[in-house]
Amino acid sequence: MYNKKVIQHFSHPKFFGKIKNPDVVGTAGNPRCGDLLTLYLKIDPPDGGPAGGKKIKDIKFETLGCAAAIAASDMICELAKGKTLEQALNLSFQDVSSALGVLPPLKIHCAQLVTEALRDAIGKYSKYKEKKL
Amino acid sequence: MTPKNRIYLDYAATTPVDKKVFKAMGPYFSQTYGNPSSIHSWGEEAQAAIDKARDQVAKFLNCKLSEIVFTGSASESDNLAIRGLIKALKRRKQEGEKVHIITSSIEHKAVLETCHDLEKDGIKITYLPVGKDGIVDIADLKAEINPETDLVSIMYVNNEMGAIQPIEKIGRLISEINQTKKHRIFFHADAVQAANWVNCKVDDLKVDLLTLSGHKIYGPKGVGVLYIRQGTPISPLITGGDQEWGLRAGTENVANIVGMGAAISQISNSKFLISKKVKKLRDKLVKGVLTKIPGSNLTGSEKPEERAPHIANFSFLGIEGEAIMLSLDQEGIAASTGSACTSRALLPSHVLMAMGLSELEAHSSLRVSLGRYTTAKEIDIFLKTLPRVVERLRKISGR
Repeated sequence: MYNKKVIQHFSHPKFFGKIKNPDVVGTAGNPRCGDLLTLYLKIDPPDGGPAGGKKIKDIKFETLGCAAAIAASDMICELAKGKTLEQALNLSFQDVSSALGVLPPLKIHCAQLVTEALRDAIGKYSKYKEKKL
Repeated sequence: MTPKNRIYLDYAATTPVDKKVFKAMGPYFSQTYGNPSSIHSWGEEAQAAIDKARDQVAKFLNCKLSEIVFTGSASESDNLAIRGLIKALKRRKQEGEKVHIITSSIEHKAVLETCHDLEKDGIKITYLPVGKDGIVDIADLKAEINPETDLVSIMYVNNEMGAIQPIEKIGRLISEINQTKKHRIFFHADAVQAANWVNCKVDDLKVDLLTLSGHKIYGPKGVGVLYIRQGTPISPLITGGDQEWGLRAGTENVANIVGMGAAISQISNSKFLISKKVKKLRDKLVKGVLTKIPGSNLTGSEKPEERAPHIANFSFLGIEGEAIMLSLDQEGIAASTGSACTSRALLPSHVLMAMGLSELEAHSSLRVSLGRYTTAKEIDIFLKTLPRVVERLRKISGR
């Protein structure tokens, strides 16, 4: 059902776990579909300066979900790490799916879920910044 | 990367064809290949093989030869039982007379979706609930039976968690009600997961229709049986030939039918011993999982007499079933799950939801099913592997 790349990221994910004192946390999923995921982000520089230059310094995930959800979580972290927030916002579910060598049609929503979590995190971060300013 | 000594713990999905069964089927491909409908000796030889298989099935069910119909699968048998009966009854009914079917909310999809489909044609269907034990309450059934009820269809043993339904009691209730009812109720039981383990004598169960499958009893895939009690009205769904008493057109799958007969005759000889052995292994498995893995639960009744010996269904807090299943597969172990992630609908198992499990519990389910060839060593390896798999996935989920 899954290709080697998906199985690889499911079996040996590099980005799972928590980040201590993250700058922002994003979530997605619901119990009905069975996937629940959390992304922890460290932003650099953490404070001040225009949002445009900010980069995702570190990112980790915790995912309760199927093999595709775990693999997609690992992939979104790989894709987002080192990117500016603007670049990260532009990551699409197609980017995640094709980086995994295409997910089965039934599992595309897993790729959608992980991009949702990333956008949730970046959205929260921007709002938080606005408030501070 | 396929481990050499793989461990198959998915016998409720399918079983390997028994060697003796395979041998019995062998000649009916290229050697004794006649069409059973032909009256020359080629045809007669094939017909004799079918007659023998029919006799083997009839002995197992303790019924007449003329009450056995071979089909292409148990799903087809369920369809023939339900749709075939309703079709025949409708032709007898007067305009405005209603059709009413009672079934349970934990049936196999072959029954459940057939009922959903009939509902679209205006047929009234009642879906009985089950308790936390996964068992239908006779009082609920009794309360739902009305003067218009035509059919009760309840499975014998549930395929996801192994609960044994009180088929004998239901049969007794229905035959009592039928003594005073203007038009009678017919009783169908899907006994696909029951045949290996529990009494399937049709007179004890008082069923009018009973479904069996070949590939769940160490026979071939692609053959099923429908028992039809004499006098039960049934119209064929597949027309175009006189095969199977005119109830199932199409040249018979002789080799598969021979395999069905051979497989079923083997059950009678070994039922007691194998049940005992499998039950012991299942108990070891359940005890091992529950003690070694915190946050694990056994789904369904705790009373051994209410469970078939071969199935144990667990849920594991904080992880998802497909991920467990795939992780086990990588270690060379086959099991299955009721998680939505393996279904097209992306909804968790209707059986586990009907039993009152939460969505997350149903998503985290793992069905382990044992069989004739399961060994204590295999259970030991499983019990060593599963805690590791669960622990890893819980680390990933952070729960």
